[in-house]
Amino acid sequence: MRTFGRSTAILSIATLALVGCGDGGEEGEAETGTEEGGNGASGQVTIDGSSTVAPLGEAAAEMFMEENPDVQVTVGTSGTGGGFESFCRGETDISEASRSISDEEIAACDEAGIAYEEIGVANDAISLIVNEENDFLQCASVEELSEVWNQDSEATNWSDIDPSYPDEPIELYGPGTDSGTFDYFTEAINGEEGNIRADYNDIGEDDFAAITGTSGNEFAMAFVPLSYTIEAEAEPIRTLEIENEDGDCVEPATETVQDGSYNPLGRQLFMYPSDLALERTEVQDFLAFTLENNEALAEAANFIPLTEDQATEAQATVDELAGN
Amino acid sequence: MMSTRAEKASTAARDTTRRIAMGKRSGIWKEELFKYVLILCIVIAFVTLLALIIHSAWLGRSRLDLNLITQMPSTLDPETSGMQSAIWGTVILMVGVLVTVVPLGISAAVYLEEYADTERWWNRFIELNIQNLAAVPSIVFGILGLAYVVREGFAFGPVAYAGSLTLAMLVLPTVILASREALKAVPDSIRQASYGMGATRWQTVWHQVLPVAVPGMITGTILAMSRAIGETAPLLLVGATTFVTFNPDSAFSGAYTAIPVQIFQWASRPQPEFRELAAAGVILLIAVLLIMNSAAIWLRNRYSRYDL
Repeated sequence: MRTFGRSTAILSIATLALVGCGDGGEEGEAETGTEEGGNGASGQVTIDGSSTVAPLGEAAAEMFMEENPDVQVTVGTSGTGGGFESFCRGETDISEASRSISDEEIAACDEAGIAYEEIGVANDAISLIVNEENDFLQCASVEELSEVWNQDSEATNWSDIDPSYPDEPIELYGPGTDSGTFDYFTEAINGEEGNIRADYNDIGEDDFAAITGTSGNEFAMAFVPLSYTIEAEAEPIRTLEIENEDGDCVEPATETVQDGSYNPLGRQLFMYPSDLALERTEVQDFLAFTLENNEALAEAANFIPLTEDQATEAQATVDELAGN
Repeated sequence: MMSTRAEKASTAARDTTRRIAMGKRSGIWKEELFKYVLILCIVIAFVTLLALIIHSAWLGRSRLDLNLITQMPSTLDPETSGMQSAIWGTVILMVGVLVTVVPLGISAAVYLEEYADTERWWNRFIELNIQNLAAVPSIVFGILGLAYVVREGFAFGPVAYAGSLTLAMLVLPTVILASREALKAVPDSIRQASYGMGATRWQTVWHQVLPVAVPGMITGTILAMSRAIGETAPLLLVGATTFVTFNPDSAFSGAYTAIPVQIFQWASRPQPEFRELAAAGVILLIAVLLIMNSAAIWLRNRYSRYDL
């Protein structure tokens, strides 16, 4: 009994200590909260979202901070979906996305009372890559790709797709569900977001792993952002031509993405600032800066710059928002 | 309890003596085999570690320079990019883990070892759970941290201490288990002598038992910190950001990143420059870990004079 009394005493002290910590922490948090609100002037821009857009966001942040040393810009890479998740909770100022915001995410933002604008910042394309040694695939149609990637696909060997292909097992690589590249690819090829065969190698947000995987197997195929393919020129891989809506085989490249002929796998990349963040000058400045330096930034991050029309439209949106 | 343990030990010893007397010959080759199996195990462990270090050092050799420590991460100039913000982030995180996990872990161990009545079901339940906790995947702690440290509960927001607290929860079982072992190793005669002198339980624990157990506890803490410093997944969940070009303001405000998070981010980039940086980061992480552990070992040796 005495022992128990003692132990209870110790336990309660421990609990008290913990509660004490908690209180202190919350106060601390409250203080930082107000500070951050006031910090608006002294400058914090929190960006999170697509790992595909991140290289552009980081380059923009870096160049912007060189000119505005008092502003602190941070860039996270939680994926487009992960980014919107925290964005719609009001945890970030700008969400980077490699697709437009989805209905579910719109609902989440609406519920939290977060309004936002969509601003196009660059063009990108998904490329399908195969091993350099692969000599049977040149130009792929959406139907053929869907046969390979569809969730109902029962093709295990290439010969199941086309009898003239080798009788070798198909090995597939691609980003995971948090990635905008994944959402975009599944919708464009399989007609429905998230529709993909269960046995492909999910490489999460680490796009480069798909390139490593493909370079190691003659019969592998992967989908990755075009920028990754351009930068991995040294790797033993090759991009596939895609048969577009007009029935032409089109190589993924700057010109074909900009003129829209590389469809349906060419796309625009976005930044979504929240209305609250846009009230702050540093956020407005950052977005304006990103658009003004669009070409340099796209080049630094291996994206395809906006076309003139796109740039004008984005600029108009930012000007309008800044004017508010 | 002690007497049964002693009895068991003496029975086992008698058993062994009998076996040795009966079949000495057949024991010899088993002895040799056993020795070589053990050597093989240590060689495998050591070669794996060595291969990792050599591979990283070779890949990152061109980037193992002062820039790595003095410069901030840069996407535009990977050639001169460094990871200063990540180093400071890791230091702040680890200090946070240390000041949280040591008092909590040691207190819990002292309670379980010196005070708890193991006959009571709740104490056995707690023990069982601590052992199970040690096997929970780190990402689960990340989710827990996101829910109850960052957003609700403590509601710290995505600050460095939220990361520290999450990592502390992750390694708490290690500290508790190691500290308990250290306390178990303290000869009971010391406690009895202390009680015999009229000391209270508190006086016995504080003045006699703890000082003797400190070296063992420090070993446990080293293991725990070594695990915590390399964790990436839970940190990404609780708010470590991947691109931060300034040092954290404090443990309770501002954005932060950490060395493993930075390595993860660089390793997933396609450009070879970033992968070299990641490799150099691995070496840096090992260096920081070595410095941390050397300090702990120095501390342990200082306390070892209490060894009996």
